[in-house]
Amino acid sequence: MSGTYLGMPDFPRAAAAATRDTRLRANLTHATHTIRDKRAKAVAELDDWAQLRAAGAAVKDRTLRHLDHYLEQLEAAVVAAGGQVHWAVDADEANRIVTRLVRETGEREVVKVKSMATQEIGLNEALAEAGIRAYETDLAELIVQLGDDLPSHLLVPAIHRNRSEIRDIFRREMGSWGRPAPEGLSDSPAELAEAARLHLREKFLSAKVGISGANFMVAETGTLVVVESEGNGRMCLTLPETLISVVGIEKVVPRWQDLEVFLQLLPRSSTAERMNPYTSTWTGTTDGDGPRTFHLVLLDNGRTDTLADTVGRQALRCIRCSACLNVCPVYERAGGHAYGSPYPGPIGAILTPQLRGIEGALEASLPYASSLCGACYEVCPVAIDIPEVLLHLRERVVEGGPVTRRGARTVLQPAKGHAAERAAMRAAAWAFDHPGVLRAGARLAARTRRLHPRRLPGPGRAWSATRELPAVPAESFRDWWQRTRGTSSERQGGAK
Amino acid sequence: MSSRDVVLGRVRRALADVPHGEGPDDPPVVRDYHRVHGSRTAAQDVDLLAENLADYRALVHRSTAGELPSLIRRLLAERGARTVLVPPGLDASWTAGAGVTLVGDRASSTPRELDAVDSVLTGCAVAIAETGTLVLDGGPDQGRRRITLVPDHHLCVVRVPDQVVGSVPEALPRLAPERPLTWISGPSATSDIELDRVEGVHGPRTLEVILLASSRAAD
Repeated sequence: MSGTYLGMPDFPRAAAAATRDTRLRANLTHATHTIRDKRAKAVAELDDWAQLRAAGAAVKDRTLRHLDHYLEQLEAAVVAAGGQVHWAVDADEANRIVTRLVRETGEREVVKVKSMATQEIGLNEALAEAGIRAYETDLAELIVQLGDDLPSHLLVPAIHRNRSEIRDIFRREMGSWGRPAPEGLSDSPAELAEAARLHLREKFLSAKVGISGANFMVAETGTLVVVESEGNGRMCLTLPETLISVVGIEKVVPRWQDLEVFLQLLPRSSTAERMNPYTSTWTGTTDGDGPRTFHLVLLDNGRTDTLADTVGRQALRCIRCSACLNVCPVYERAGGHAYGSPYPGPIGAILTPQLRGIEGALEASLPYASSLCGACYEVCPVAIDIPEVLLHLRERVVEGGPVTRRGARTVLQPAKGHAAERAAMRAAAWAFDHPGVLRAGARLAARTRRLHPRRLPGPGRAWSATRELPAVPAESFRDWWQRTRGTSSERQGGAK
Repeated sequence: MSSRDVVLGRVRRALADVPHGEGPDDPPVVRDYHRVHGSRTAAQDVDLLAENLADYRALVHRSTAGELPSLIRRLLAERGARTVLVPPGLDASWTAGAGVTLVGDRASSTPRELDAVDSVLTGCAVAIAETGTLVLDGGPDQGRRRITLVPDHHLCVVRVPDQVVGSVPEALPRLAPERPLTWISGPSATSDIELDRVEGVHGPRTLEVILLASSRAAD
């Protein structure tokens, strides 16, 4: 891995490789099953979960429907509290802003608390090009960074690594980034965490610039909220002299009171805890406590395009809890890297194609990275109907239609690779409307089944290359039904 | 055109489907969730707080005002703490006779100086029973955010039942958003390695909470 998602293969090819990696599958299965069971218990403790979930969805919807109002209100409140607000249309602009702000401090190193937004824009790579080293301080992010790897889960980005792999990475790499791993480091999680503590404390105590994301921003007060467990967030948010927060524009909520909903929904959905160990809130700057300078970079980078899609808009409600990943049978087998973006799993399958557009091969394949079982919708604490959006995006891929790209309305052409599928679906629709044809076709298929190739020829090759073709049964369902349950005229004995 | 104008312009065009008459407070949010889960007396809230704190591996003690200094002295001695950080507004009687060196938090003290201290002793602003959470708001008996972060041992005194609320919805109105807040639920922890929970990554590895009964309740 090269630390970037660019040039990743499309989902079917990446998933095919991942499903053959037995260690990866074992790590993932253990992790997702553990956390999904814990989550169910944590949610069951609250008998008003359904009402909280509905309120969470409603608050987010209201915010999105009046996002311009709430962003302006937020900006005014942050400025009034002593912060500075910057707006970034896309990843390049956000990276330029942050690079400039770090340069203005004269520092060449920054400490970072885990942030999906900065992963999305590739900030670490952009800073590196400018000669600035960014240290990831979340334990899992540290594992990923030291291993020159990519995150594979929203909440536990190194979920694909087991303890012995982590020990090997620490022993091999820590020394070149700072304090080396202790002699004789074992693979016990406690020892590994201690090694990370010692390694990173050097950075925290000398850091002059911190970079964060935020889980929520409160429009009426200008307050930012970061939810975490390890304390690395608190370190990055309070010890440096300058704090730069890069936050997607969809993270705003209208009122202080709204936190009562999300601070109940988020911890139980993500880490399955009543409350995560640490939550930090800050409003601009505070004299004598914490950073003297605070910058908020508000990031669009495809969010307004997503907002323009009235079906897909609901993806912007996401509070990045990762509950949908942990229940997804496709994620469990394919792993996070196959999704080709910092946003894996079901939410990634709808968010990435919307943020980036579906013109690319990976993006066009993501709406198909699902079994449509609906488990993701069931667990989503803000009730995002992921299957609905997946189907909507599949239709966009196959049929094309009006979309917004970089703020401009345009009409998307049907994806080329899906011509055969489109034709097959039309043929299927016609056959289902003509029962005689369907019956004849099914019988023909049954009788010729030994002649069927395992891979489809011609335009169907791409489709069958990544799918196990099911065996055609010896008898069509219709014939079986007639034989065993049908009326007397066609019953031929045998069933009784 | 500034990027601000570009983004806001895109937002407005994206929301062409939202009717003109709909205001920012529309559509109404139905808040039919509970303000608090179950019905408990103030004493039961304190019990639940103690239970949930302990469940997240904080060490919980109970005390009256009279017993407090000796309890603090004992807990610090058990940890072998010789230097203790204290915020400027902490009740001086709490540490009377503790037999330790008190280190006042000064604006000029560097993170490295804080790192050399054994323990930190603070009060708190609000505690939440249902989640086992302590909230610090930087008040005079709590100090700056960094002092409860860098030392490895945090001893926090909660006045019960006055500072205890039942739930998250009951806590927020008692907190001032303009102050920096730190919500603490158990010691620092990570589950990043095979989801095995390990206490103490970057924040204090040990969180001890003293539930201090008010003299009224102790009567």
